[in-house]
Amino acid sequence: MSVLAILEQREGIWNRMSFEALAAAQKLGQALGLPVEAAVLSNDAGVLASQAAAYGVGKVFAIEDALLDPYTPEAYTAALEQLIRSHNPKLVVFPHSYQVRDYAPKLAARFAKALVSDVVDVKNANGAILFVRQLFQGKLNADVRVNGEPAFVSIQAGAFRAAERTDQTAQVEKFTPALDAAQIGSKPEAPFREAQRSVDLGAASVIVSVGRGIREKDNMPLVEELAKALGAELAASRPICDNGWLPMERQVGSSGQTVSPKMYLAVGISGAIQHLVGMKGSQTVVAINKDENAPIFETADYAVVGDLFEIVPALTEEIKKVKSGN
Amino acid sequence: MKIIVAVKQVPARDSALRLRADGKWLDASDLSYEMNEPDAYALEEALQLREKLGGEVVVVSLGSEQAAQTIREALAKGADRAIHLESGEDLTLDALTTARLLAKAIEKESPELILTGLQSDDLGYGQTGVILAELLGCSHATIVMEVEPENGAVKVKRELEDGWFQNVRLPLPAVLTIQSGIKKLRYATLMGIKKAKSKPVETIRTSELGFSGDPATAVEQVYAPQRAKQTQILSGDAKQVAHQLAEKLKFEVRVI
Ligand SMILES: Cc1cc2nc3c(=O)[nH]c(=O)nc-3n(C[C@H](O)[C@H](O)[C@H](O)COP(=O)(O)OP(=O)(O)OC[C@H]3O[C@@H](n4cnc5c(N)ncnc54)[C@H](O)[C@@H]3O)c2cc1C
Ligand SMILES: Nc1ncnc2c1ncn2[C@@H]1O[C@H](COP(=O)(O)O)[C@@H](O)[C@H]1O
Repeated sequence: MSVLAILEQREGIWNRMSFEALAAAQKLGQALGLPVEAAVLSNDAGVLASQAAAYGVGKVFAIEDALLDPYTPEAYTAALEQLIRSHNPKLVVFPHSYQVRDYAPKLAARFAKALVSDVVDVKNANGAILFVRQLFQGKLNADVRVNGEPAFVSIQAGAFRAAERTDQTAQVEKFTPALDAAQIGSKPEAPFREAQRSVDLGAASVIVSVGRGIREKDNMPLVEELAKALGAELAASRPICDNGWLPMERQVGSSGQTVSPKMYLAVGISGAIQHLVGMKGSQTVVAINKDENAPIFETADYAVVGDLFEIVPALTEEIKKVKSGN
Repeated sequence: MKIIVAVKQVPARDSALRLRADGKWLDASDLSYEMNEPDAYALEEALQLREKLGGEVVVVSLGSEQAAQTIREALAKGADRAIHLESGEDLTLDALTTARLLAKAIEKESPELILTGLQSDDLGYGQTGVILAELLGCSHATIVMEVEPENGAVKVKRELEDGWFQNVRLPLPAVLTIQSGIKKLRYATLMGIKKAKSKPVETIRTSELGFSGDPATAVEQVYAPQRAKQTQILSGDAKQVAHQLAEKLKFEVRVI
């Protein structure tokens, strides 16, 4: 019995979230009195596995096969199913990455289980573990119980402080799954980025970011003027870019840009986790939202609860005044 | 091409989320409902594929009686027919149970393509489509931004993290979980709304599906998250707040 953390890499580079998932696994291991083991999958897992061995684990499985590169959900599912069936962990912990979203539900279904996805915390209620996950894009939390074993859980980005290197090195065990090329239907091509971006929001020092609260394209000049008064770059949440009101390259979040300005002013943005991961490195966050329970306020240093259609024009005026020295 | 679209009805984004007395779910009396946003995009993609290639778009929705309204909306936008898996009021099913029930209805349709949203706005599992693929023995791709059918296969553009993308070719039948923004959404026309009234909706009670399986997970308690951060809340009328904030931006944050 163990807690098994699945670490993620792409082309030999760790996904940072892996070590946050490992930290969650360590917390669970402690609560349950179980050893923590880790696994990494690759066509050449040796180097990564020996790196992982220094992060406070009992053992690392280097799951190796040529068919594990490039990633496909079929190969990852088959390989992990075999490891789990032969080692019977009590809990399997993943980072809640896009890759994990792509295969972990399939893997869990092989065991007639559902993944407890996007977990932000774990609770120990008299030896029974409860997993805390978000509902309604972060507006509510739920405590979730898992029936039966193994339990499969994925950990939200930023929810746990990443596990740290220790001066002890665990044993690395090679695991060679039996994979069959005929069972891998999906044929992935190499990842790519779209044509060169014309703005680098990552370098902006002040950002005004607009969300669905702006309601209509015709209202966009409101925030454009605010941005202009502040000398800020304009950015947005996903729905604004989906609607074509701003180009995709101005989208902030897990599938857009990551920014870390001196100030991030969020206007009419609710604060879903996929947005927060792109801006939580900001030094100061200011949020204007009419819903006092909007999750964005949890990350905000300054909160204005109110109607953006009143506050934004007034703020633009005030900033102009301050700037001109009156 | 025969396409199934899994459409979920969810509480509307601006609903007041009040908790039920037992703390296990929401007080439904306060809620209004809408189509889960990514599902609207999945439906749009299906309709455009049908317009290009011919075929049929069938909507499948698992939900209470109330979900009929969202099903009508999908028909009004142009879906050809619908299957309503009518459940009781328990709206916190785990993703495996949901997928098992949906799979029962989809199986007999033998579609070439099954489109789902990438995530539900209420439960947010982000799993139902992937599990469906496993249960139906199909290939799948998640977070899909472009769909291009090819002979017996489909080429999709997947979104990866940090602005990366990837093209993947999949054999049919396939399940695709569609990301918001894949196409521009259409509105239902008056004509569409009229036509929807005569389109077939097959209603099947989930209790009649002959399905029994233990829930994989159970929600013990729902509650508002605790706020961790020290936030300065500015209050007053718009002008006062704007003035205070401008001062803070100058003297505390120092960005003006
Ligand atoms: C895999 C995946 C990837 C994603 N990637 C991204 C991403 O990169 N970036 C991203 O942003 N999202 C992303 N999303 C979507 C994300 O989950 C949210 O749906 C999105 O961020 C919501 O945008 P929003 O806050 O603008 O809209 P909403 O959630 O609709 O919020 C609008 C807010 O405006 C407020 N409001 C309304 N009217 C007013 C008013 N008059 N005055 C003041 N406030 C008002 C409301 O109270 C509400 O809080 C992703 C989702 C998934 C599943
Ligand atoms: N009750 C349901 N009825 C129809 N489709 C559903 C239902 N639940 C989930 N889905 C589909 O599965 C997708 C992902 O949902 P989830 O796994 O809950 O995040 C949704 O966007 C829908 O397309």
